[in-house]
Amino acid sequence: MSVPEAVPARFGPGSRVQVRRADPPGHVRTPWYCRGHNGVIERICGNFANPEELAYNRDGLPVQPLYRVRFLCRELWRDYEGNAGDAVEIEIFQHWLEAR
Amino acid sequence: MNRQQEQDAQDSRGYYRRMQSAIEELLILKGVFSGADVEREVKAMDSRDPGRGAKMVARAWLDPDYKSRVLKDGSAAAEELGFAVGPLRLIVLEDTPSVHNVIVCTLCSCYPRMLLGLPPEWYKSRDYRSRVVREPRKVLQEFGTRIPDEVEIRVHDSTADMRYMVLPLRPAGTERLDEEQLAQLVTRDSLIGVTMVDAQG
Amino acid sequence: MRSHHDMGGLPAGRCEPDEHEYEMWEKRVDALMMLLSDKERQLLKVDELRRNIESLGADAYDRMGYYERWMHSISQTLIQRGVISIDELGRKMAEIEDRDERA
Repeated sequence: MSVPEAVPARFGPGSRVQVRRADPPGHVRTPWYCRGHNGVIERICGNFANPEELAYNRDGLPVQPLYRVRFLCRELWRDYEGNAGDAVEIEIFQHWLEAR
Repeated sequence: MNRQQEQDAQDSRGYYRRMQSAIEELLILKGVFSGADVEREVKAMDSRDPGRGAKMVARAWLDPDYKSRVLKDGSAAAEELGFAVGPLRLIVLEDTPSVHNVIVCTLCSCYPRMLLGLPPEWYKSRDYRSRVVREPRKVLQEFGTRIPDEVEIRVHDSTADMRYMVLPLRPAGTERLDEEQLAQLVTRDSLIGVTMVDAQG
Repeated sequence: MRSHHDMGGLPAGRCEPDEHEYEMWEKRVDALMMLLSDKERQLLKVDELRRNIESLGADAYDRMGYYERWMHSISQTLIQRGVISIDELGRKMAEIEDRDERA
């Protein structure tokens, strides 16, 4: 899947990240409910074409690192009452993440 | 629904059905594909069913080496059993006595269709997609599944190029069963993670 | 603005484990998507399909069936790409309606 033209990965497993609080129009695969929230990189999934570009029939290059980010439910939802370890994992492209 | 709404819904079904036929016919005329190609795709999708995932699970329960390959690279482990999964990558999530996994796609309805076939209606519903990330324990209870408080829940939202399947816990009392018998206990819903595997089937 | 398809975390109703036997026309919609998006043809990208579904208004999104949304989106993508024209699609649909009525 990886092609020479790839954006270098800025994060690794265990990195603490925050999802950018952005609100662009168009086709975006970063769910609303995780924007602005803190999580930890669970794994690097590899490099993939950017869906925000693919949606308009462009090539989506350079490929972007895609991560699986783990968010505690208590971080996502203030009033969450289940186990403190309950978590949601979401695939997020690098350009939506900032180091924390 | 009142009468007018029912009529509208019926008209709309007819409209999109005609659109499907029209586009299929136009694209055949243009040589984009043949009628046989369409039939072949329909057949291929019919042949994909949760039995494939169940077979992987049963094999993983019996063969620790296979299990470690499943967890390392789900796509390769599926292909090993002759199940082509295509370009999307399969990640298999292992349930343990302390972690329970469940999958969803909140943005649309991504599903490991190459392995399990087409998703059930509820998986695509607003109710499931909205709530399972917010109150997973309550949603699982609606499927008759009670997760003990001390077990952590992990909800996996399929937002991009990965697809997920759960490797559920092997129930007690199944020590004497062979691979085929074990596979029969593994349901589609247990591969999604909304139910557990029951030794009684 | 949160888009209506981006529903994770919103309040909603009880989950009913309902099943649905897919009808033949729905399977054929699926087959069209598979063929058009394959390596050989590349006439549709999955993210184009999603974009054209997301751009349905909230009312239409909720009212339409799953494969109706797909069919709408496939037609839009093919028109946007110039694979088919609105006029030929309209004529073909009318022809099929006539044919169905005679049958």
